[in-house]
Amino acid sequence: MTQQNKWSARPVKAFALISVATLVLAGCAAAEEEETAAPTATQTEEPAAVGGNLVMGVTSDPDTIFPWKATQFQAFRMLENVYDTLTAFDADLNVVPALAESWEVSADGTAITFNLRDGVKFADGSDFDSGDVKYSYEAIQDEANAAVARSTLGGVTSIDTPDADTVVLNLATADVGLLANLTGTNLAIVSSDDTEETLSTTTNGTGPFMLESRTAGQNVILARNPNYWGDPTPLDTLEFRVLPDEAAIAAAMSAGNVQLAVFSDPITARTVAGGVTVNTTPQLGYHALMLNARNGVMTDKNLRLAISCSIDRQSVLDTALLGEGEVTGPITSPAFRSDPNARPCPERDLAKAAEYLAAAGSADGIEIDVMVPQGLYAGELEIAQAVAAQLAEANITMNLEVEERGTYIDRWIAGDFVAAIAQNGGRPDPDGMYGRYFPSTGNLNQVSGYSSDSMDKLFADGKVESDPAKRKEIYAAVSAELEDNAVWVWLFSGYSYTATSDTMTGFIPMTTGSWQYLRTTGLK
Amino acid sequence: MQRLLRSAALRKAAGALATLAGVSVFVFFMLRALPGDQISASLGTEAAGLTENQRLALEAYYGIDQSLPVQFFSWLGNLFQGDLGFSVRAQQPVLDLTIAALPVTFQLAVFSIILALGIGVPIGMLSASRVGKARDVLGQALSLLGLSIPAFLLATTLLTFFAVNFGFNPNGLGYKTFFEDPSVNLQQMLLPSLVLGFGISAPIIRTARAAVLEIRGQDFIRTARAKGVSTRRLQFRHILRNALIPIVTITGLQFGYLLGGAVVIEQIFSLPGVGRQVLVGIQQKEFALVQSTVLVIAASFVIINLLTDLLYRAIDPRVRAE
Repeated sequence: MTQQNKWSARPVKAFALISVATLVLAGCAAAEEEETAAPTATQTEEPAAVGGNLVMGVTSDPDTIFPWKATQFQAFRMLENVYDTLTAFDADLNVVPALAESWEVSADGTAITFNLRDGVKFADGSDFDSGDVKYSYEAIQDEANAAVARSTLGGVTSIDTPDADTVVLNLATADVGLLANLTGTNLAIVSSDDTEETLSTTTNGTGPFMLESRTAGQNVILARNPNYWGDPTPLDTLEFRVLPDEAAIAAAMSAGNVQLAVFSDPITARTVAGGVTVNTTPQLGYHALMLNARNGVMTDKNLRLAISCSIDRQSVLDTALLGEGEVTGPITSPAFRSDPNARPCPERDLAKAAEYLAAAGSADGIEIDVMVPQGLYAGELEIAQAVAAQLAEANITMNLEVEERGTYIDRWIAGDFVAAIAQNGGRPDPDGMYGRYFPSTGNLNQVSGYSSDSMDKLFADGKVESDPAKRKEIYAAVSAELEDNAVWVWLFSGYSYTATSDTMTGFIPMTTGSWQYLRTTGLK
Repeated sequence: MQRLLRSAALRKAAGALATLAGVSVFVFFMLRALPGDQISASLGTEAAGLTENQRLALEAYYGIDQSLPVQFFSWLGNLFQGDLGFSVRAQQPVLDLTIAALPVTFQLAVFSIILALGIGVPIGMLSASRVGKARDVLGQALSLLGLSIPAFLLATTLLTFFAVNFGFNPNGLGYKTFFEDPSVNLQQMLLPSLVLGFGISAPIIRTARAAVLEIRGQDFIRTARAKGVSTRRLQFRHILRNALIPIVTITGLQFGYLLGGAVVIEQIFSLPGVGRQVLVGIQQKEFALVQSTVLVIAASFVIINLLTDLLYRAIDPRVRAE
């Protein structure tokens, strides 16, 4: 799991939905709906006017404004528009220049030379140069700073700054995925004159916005950064207004108080009325039944395969999330997407499941304890119950261990479970997505519960292989090993629902969940 | 007499202090008994990727690297110096956050209580005036509705209904204090006060009805009626005044609870009161924020109880005589 989505299910939600649904049935006007298989700009037919104040409804204010420690969804996404990184993703998830205008990778892949953009200034007017990159990356590497992206720079052995416009990252071994992994806000470049203390109360980035005000529990207002190096953002200000309940955000959009919001719940999103379009965007994150191959009965590969073959993923999706998602394999990134039909049982196959159970010496069935989170994300319990109902038909009894958020996270971190229902974040590069989980040296390997020599080799090869076609083959092999061994049971990935007022233009919802296109968003 | 009063006041003050001390110990240790800490609350499952040194650095950052007794007495010591702690999340002193949140909750509580009394007392009296007749049945039905409709359901329904059909959603504008914009502020308090007031009016209707019925049957009412006292005077001067003690008691209790923050209502109507402050604090495991805010809430409750006692003395000469 990467950024946590704080829009988790709340006890009131179910009841709130009843009333909201009643109103919908009563004939209240609903939003127009568009499904976007690929990211597209919303309402792009008219250019943005310069100026104006856009209000985005959010359920929580950022828990920090310091980019290296931001993992909360709202904080992470807001800061994307305040700070820059060396590289960035475009709407199609290609790695494109950001603060680095171009880069060259040495023949052996162990040195990457970044040519920095000229004329870049921080919001306080100070100049950006290679010293700021070195300062930022070395601080992120320093354990004492507890930066969350430290492991991304784990392979960087030294940083050279031959001149003010050039930075060289020297690596222990080649790391092809590094350029993609440098895009995250947790690797934001800050000024070498700033410290965590100063950047915890104000912002000083090179991005298009800067902090104007922050009122705890109420709002954060960003203003246009006059020193921004790129095209100035059309908006004068961008307000993230805290409306703690999604139903409250929907109401505020219907009344025209809010122009933009991202919903996790489709039913609430569709209650928004009047001049609003809801875009459905597939997400890289995925739901899975994690099986701990180092714990209890799950050490037996045949039992894991029996579980995998007993589940009709589409049916679970239809039952638990009203069909709002897509069945997926391990890798969800469009460029490396796993084929969900390339698993030992592409469809539910109870006969084959029975064979696997018999091969494991458990023809009469088995019982497994499955940890289920409560209050962590929407649909968690419904997914667990739907999976349990299907496994019961294959003589596999699932004992649900429903855990409060804190306990779930503690046990998840410790790998203290036999199986767990989980929603994990996805990343565009498969090494960034699974390089921490499945290689034996990954810092989340104790959570994944699986490693093998072949898997270590595949990830090592994937890290150094620069030919895109060969790299695709390598991660297809990773995907195949994960499925053939039923390391986990990958279920489906969900959607996000971006509601945009017809008065705004230029926002592109992304499969990563990024709000980076707030940079180009304007009002008509 | 003076000495008696003084000792009664001292007893009450000692009781209040003991209550607050108990609350502080209870909240402090309950919070720490909850699973997870500020690190896992903040980082979620990302915390799995931390090295040991990173974890130690974060423990120091969040102030949870000390032993529990050291943390407790350091918090207590700071409290006596007026320092309620610091919210790492908001990067502000808890005192400042509480000073901003308390008036929101106080205003909501006052408006809700006024509405509840405005609904509850007249309906309770009307119900009692014709027992078993239509107005009594209606009054009791209204009270049953108030008790049985969950506040969050009513709140969400009203919020969505007015926003979708009339474009009326002042709470979506972002909270405004009364001094910033009185018109918007009063509009923002309207629906939440109605929802809470409707819910609280239910026990007030029942209490008022029962109290009026009890007083109406007493000898002094019969005597007053025999002496030719007008019905209006009888209702308000003799019956209502004597029925006020239980009504004040239930109102004081409800007001105390409301000062603890109507968490769900504040959440749905986006009001930044103390209820939401505590909720966010618990979710984020911001111990100092929760401990200190709960203590402030407990102190408010104690003060309301003392004020209720004083009110008894004002409205009932028998209490003064005691």
